[in-house]
Amino acid sequence: MANTLRKEVLLLYKNLLFLGREYPKGADYFRARLKCAFIKNKDVTDPSEIKTLVNRGEFVIKELEALYFLRKYRAMKKRYYEDGQ
Amino acid sequence: MSRVLVGVKRVIDYAVKIRVKPDNSGVVTDGVKHSMNPFCEIAVEEAVRLKEKKFISEVVAVSCGPAQATETIRTALAMGCDRGIHVEVSGKDYESLGPLQVSKIFAALAKKEEASLVILGKQAIDDDCNQTGQMTAALLDWPQGTFASEVEITGDKVKVVREIDGGLETIKINMPAVLTADLRLNTPRYATLPNIMKAKKKKIANVKPADLGVDIVSRACRGTEWDTVGSLYEQWRSRSEHGALVF
Repeated sequence: MANTLRKEVLLLYKNLLFLGREYPKGADYFRARLKCAFIKNKDVTDPSEIKTLVNRGEFVIKELEALYFLRKYRAMKKRYYEDGQ
Repeated sequence: MSRVLVGVKRVIDYAVKIRVKPDNSGVVTDGVKHSMNPFCEIAVEEAVRLKEKKFISEVVAVSCGPAQATETIRTALAMGCDRGIHVEVSGKDYESLGPLQVSKIFAALAKKEEASLVILGKQAIDDDCNQTGQMTAALLDWPQGTFASEVEITGDKVKVVREIDGGLETIKINMPAVLTADLRLNTPRYATLPNIMKAKKKKIANVKPADLGVDIVSRACRGTEWDTVGSLYEQWRSRSEHGALVF
């Protein structure tokens, strides 16, 4: 049980790290904050709590994807379309 | 069912600050972050969605360029394409590779792969040519739905809503056809790490333009410069016959 949860957490960390490469404030900034956030919770043992934290992490993944999409969309719209289109 | 060819181009990332080389010969590309052209991402997303809706059976991602172009194909595979084709063009040939050469390659591939649709981004953010889709359609003598903001397939016809100056135009074209994706066609999915890992199993074929019978030599040549309009006009007049300009 703890093993699969551990795998989940590691996978989440890797996914977040991968996403963080494109972070506007810099990949290093992101990695530092990510590491802090995970280390802060390293002593959590309750599986349901771990699940909640993992879900929160996946929510952050969705937020990041939305952020990246909006940035790109807005940049393209600004560059290629006139105001009001 | 049918097969779709999607063209993806590796360009300097949209968020990078472009720097010109000190000798003014071009733009700094070494060590600069590259990624898939944003309009190509939209094209890939549309192709994958068509496959998910079961209108087409296979999506093939194609990219023309040096070895690094395979990274862009891998991203397309991670977004859901089934396989990739890397048309290897490098060095001097790559520097002179433009829409005409690329469209010849796509036309040859579309025939070879028996594609029913070729979907491209409307333009690349590095050269902003907005020509490859149109040229490909012309070379294949296929109908084209360019600047597509909505695509709907019914049977063997495609309904395309196009974004044009002054509004939207809806056209219905026969397949096979060439479509170019505009910004509002869809929201491309992000190629997450698990998807990229899964995509490593998918195949990328390597071909050379010569294998497709395509000659990619650029025949663009310098014109002549004239000092004044008068001297240009004199040249034209001396070449005219019966009052008509002949070249």
